Amino acid sequence: MARDAATDRAAAQPAADIATYLARHDRKDLLRFVTCGSVDDGKSTLIGRLLYDTQLIAEDQLAALDADSRRFGTQNGALDFALLVDGLAAEREQGITIDVAYRFLRTDRRKFIVADCPGHEQYTRNMATGASTAQLAVVLVDARKGLLTQTRRHSYIVALLGIRHVVLAVNKMDLVDYSQARFAEIVAAYRDLAALLGIAEVTAIPLSALLGDNLTARGEGTPWYDGPTLLEHLESVAIADSVREGPFRLPVQWVNRPDQNFRGFAGTLAQGRVRVGEEVVVLPSARRSRVARVLGPNGDVDSAVAGEAVTLTLNDEIDVSRGDVLAAASAPPEVADQFACHLLWLGEQPLLPGRPYWLKLGTRTVVATVTEIKHRVDVNTQEHLAAKRLALNEVGVCNLSLDQPVAFESYARCRELGGCILIDRQSHATVGAGFLDFALRRAQNIHWQHLDVDRQARALIKGQTPRCLWFTGLSGSGKSTIANQVERRLLASGYHTYLLDGDNVRHGLNRDLGFTAEDRVENIRRVAEVARLMVDAGLIVLVSFISPFRSERRLARDLFAPGEFVEVFVDTPLELCEQRDPKGLYRKARSGEIRNFTGIDSPYELPEAPELHLRTAEAAVDDLAGEVIAAATRAG
Amino acid sequence: MATPSHLDRLEAESIHIFREVAAEFRRPVMMYSIGKDSSVLLHLLLKAFAPARPPIPLLHIDTGWKFREMIAFRDRRAAETGVELLRHTNPEGLREGVNPITHGAAVHTDIMKTQALKQALDKHGFDAAIGGARRDEEKSRAKERIFSFRTAQHRWDPKNQRPELWNLYNGRVHPGESVRVFPLSNWTELDIWLYIQREGIEVVPLYFAAERPVVERDGALIMVDDERLPLRPGEVPQRRRVRFRTLGCYPLTGAVESQADTLEAVIAEMVAARTSERQGRVIDHDPAASMEKKKQEGYF
Ligand SMILES: Nc1nc2c(ncn2[C@@H]2O[C@H](COP(=O)(O)OP(=O)(O)O)[C@@H](O)[C@H]2O)c(=O)[nH]1
Repeated sequence: MARDAATDRAAAQPAADIATYLARHDRKDLLRFVTCGSVDDGKSTLIGRLLYDTQLIAEDQLAALDADSRRFGTQNGALDFALLVDGLAAEREQGITIDVAYRFLRTDRRKFIVADCPGHEQYTRNMATGASTAQLAVVLVDARKGLLTQTRRHSYIVALLGIRHVVLAVNKMDLVDYSQARFAEIVAAYRDLAALLGIAEVTAIPLSALLGDNLTARGEGTPWYDGPTLLEHLESVAIADSVREGPFRLPVQWVNRPDQNFRGFAGTLAQGRVRVGEEVVVLPSARRSRVARVLGPNGDVDSAVAGEAVTLTLNDEIDVSRGDVLAAASAPPEVADQFACHLLWLGEQPLLPGRPYWLKLGTRTVVATVTEIKHRVDVNTQEHLAAKRLALNEVGVCNLSLDQPVAFESYARCRELGGCILIDRQSHATVGAGFLDFALRRAQNIHWQHLDVDRQARALIKGQTPRCLWFTGLSGSGKSTIANQVERRLLASGYHTYLLDGDNVRHGLNRDLGFTAEDRVENIRRVAEVARLMVDAGLIVLVSFISPFRSERRLARDLFAPGEFVEVFVDTPLELCEQRDPKGLYRKARSGEIRNFTGIDSPYELPEAPELHLRTAEAAVDDLAGEVIAAATRAG
Repeated sequence: MATPSHLDRLEAESIHIFREVAAEFRRPVMMYSIGKDSSVLLHLLLKAFAPARPPIPLLHIDTGWKFREMIAFRDRRAAETGVELLRHTNPEGLREGVNPITHGAAVHTDIMKTQALKQALDKHGFDAAIGGARRDEEKSRAKERIFSFRTAQHRWDPKNQRPELWNLYNGRVHPGESVRVFPLSNWTELDIWLYIQREGIEVVPLYFAAERPVVERDGALIMVDDERLPLRPGEVPQRRRVRFRTLGCYPLTGAVESQADTLEAVIAEMVAARTSERQGRVIDHDPAASMEKKKQEGYF
């Protein structure tokens, strides 16, 4: 039987043997797999037993296990293997697994890293974390219960992540009298599911994790089964390393420049093999050069292959920085800024189309928005549903738009250049996992129409510096009053202006929008775009919008050149606004007549660094307007 | 050309992590605790940025109770490699004479390690701290991300970790917040030793068996490293052939009797041993969930 223990003991004898042992050990390859399944299907028992049978339990741990089994075990004092993979205190208190745990196994033939994943739906994002680095998935099913919702959800995530090998572990066979018919029934049902999901390879094994049948040793109860034991299969399954083939790609992580004589581009090869002398192209700039040197962890080499951490130097002094991709010039990847993708949402707050997030792909971070959710996929039934947002653990097929073009591959071809994460720009949480499918248009094909009359010319003729004055503050804080006066006085001095007021815009351009979070984002986006066009036209634009969320104000700000956007925070205490209540809205909000009212049942996020901070309770309108005018007419 | 071996892959993954840290953080630091994992970390740090000097300094939290050989080794390695070495000792702890003998392991560790670490991170404004912890060490470590987020109070929230997909690490933090980074997450203790052997990495000689003065105390062999260790009635230091599987504050670190005085012998002994590594650390003999609790409070 394939155990390391015997060789471990042999190795322990004369130190001379250790050299052979070490050499063999280093040549073993590594298989990373994930175990998933519903609570109580026997996952902990299975992993605990694998650990025990491969002898990776130290004596002190064994003693602790024995004691724990007597105290908390479910096996009448006999060893309860599930206790070996016991989790955090927080988890024990609730009796559930919250996060993925990594466990280490080794046998004579392979080393294994097991990502032991939680079953509960609310922790799907943690399951995805564990599965993202796995090459194989063991999906546990309780023989009595058959396929459950969890089986479907986990299998969907496994397929989404592109894990090609699945082991269907039909556990607790002892509780169904080792029935071959029951096993066949479950396997048939699972094969249907796998076909639907596009999982190519399924190996089904009947098990009793508790009694050890077909885990590391053949089971007495299943004479009808002549396939491999679970461990045999894990040790022998051939895992193709597809990224080694294909033209090379190197996302640049770090520019290494110790002195004038060395300029290297460091990163981990995402695909293919790179050789000294090979012609390379830098993307997205499309500049070309040749590889002068390839440096591996031990210095110069002739070539290096996917997965290796290298540093390349080039023949020519061309501009390369972190986030660029170096690629074989003969077969470069596509460059694009709009994609169709699958998106697994991991954030507590839902995904809102139109809201900008950071997107990290390879080593490049850009700003991205989802422009459209084509449909949502019900992870439990694979049904396609219409959706305006994606909530935690939901999957959607979406269109993504980036603020700059990036080099990429489809996820199916290359995980390293097709898998991306989305990061919330306020909370900095990782809120999404993206799987790029294809480019919607190539960045090469979009050219901004070059116009002879440009913004400078338009500004010049008006004799002013165009700007966007963005007034934000609670309803009734005095935004419109101040903005009106500013506009009047500017006009009187010969400036060209335009005032976009929240209420007015809602009657026309944004008539179709309500007050949900998605609509608020869209509302701001449209107004900001309009303001940008007007600034482009040479105007001083005054925008008077509550704009309660930082991320939306930031969205607006990002559309403008530095210095063009002036955030004016009209700061009036809520009590004062409510006292004034010029439109009677606070009264209605308090009585519940209107919902989502800023300051009452919807938050107002204070500006962190507004260009102007107007405290209306402490100064007169004339003075405050004067402050704004000074900022609006400053040259530059 | 041969395909990369298991150790090659672990090495590449760790180097990738180091480079991400250097690129994504304003002010990263590497915790250097002088043990074998730190020796491996330092080796990988040098490789990740060769031929340049690493852009990440080392930080040693000095409790004042490390083995003398450790301190000598630390200073020599820093000088040889030219990597900047920062040291920090909790000044209040020092003033009040906090020590493992009269204050006990728990108090000493909290004040001189956990609190000291937080002070040092705050003082220098580090937004990333690289450590040598491995997921095979202990069950709360088994759950930790490679980029492990910490609040401005240095707390770890195991119930709410950031998702971490593929090798895409999220290094975004607000001012005051930080990330603990573990490039050796996927290494096992055996991998560490094999790599030390393959690469010829130098480690503190305390890992090898030699005659050392020890006393047997509460079932552990404690080395009498200097005159500060008060001997209990009847205790007489004896010279025994011992070595250490893990290194820390000498009064808190148990030795094991061993003949293994070469790297090969140490590996052979380790492979055959059926005792887990952290048993040598007196501090971990607290109730089961103690590491988890310490980590939440900011311990590495
Ligand atoms: N009869 C039988 N019981 C099992 C088997 N595998 C696990 N169990 C029991 O099922 C229960 C849940 O197992 P556990 O490993 O904790 O499940 P997990 O929630 O998936 O980790 C425990 O009482 C186990 O003893 C099996 O193959 N046969």
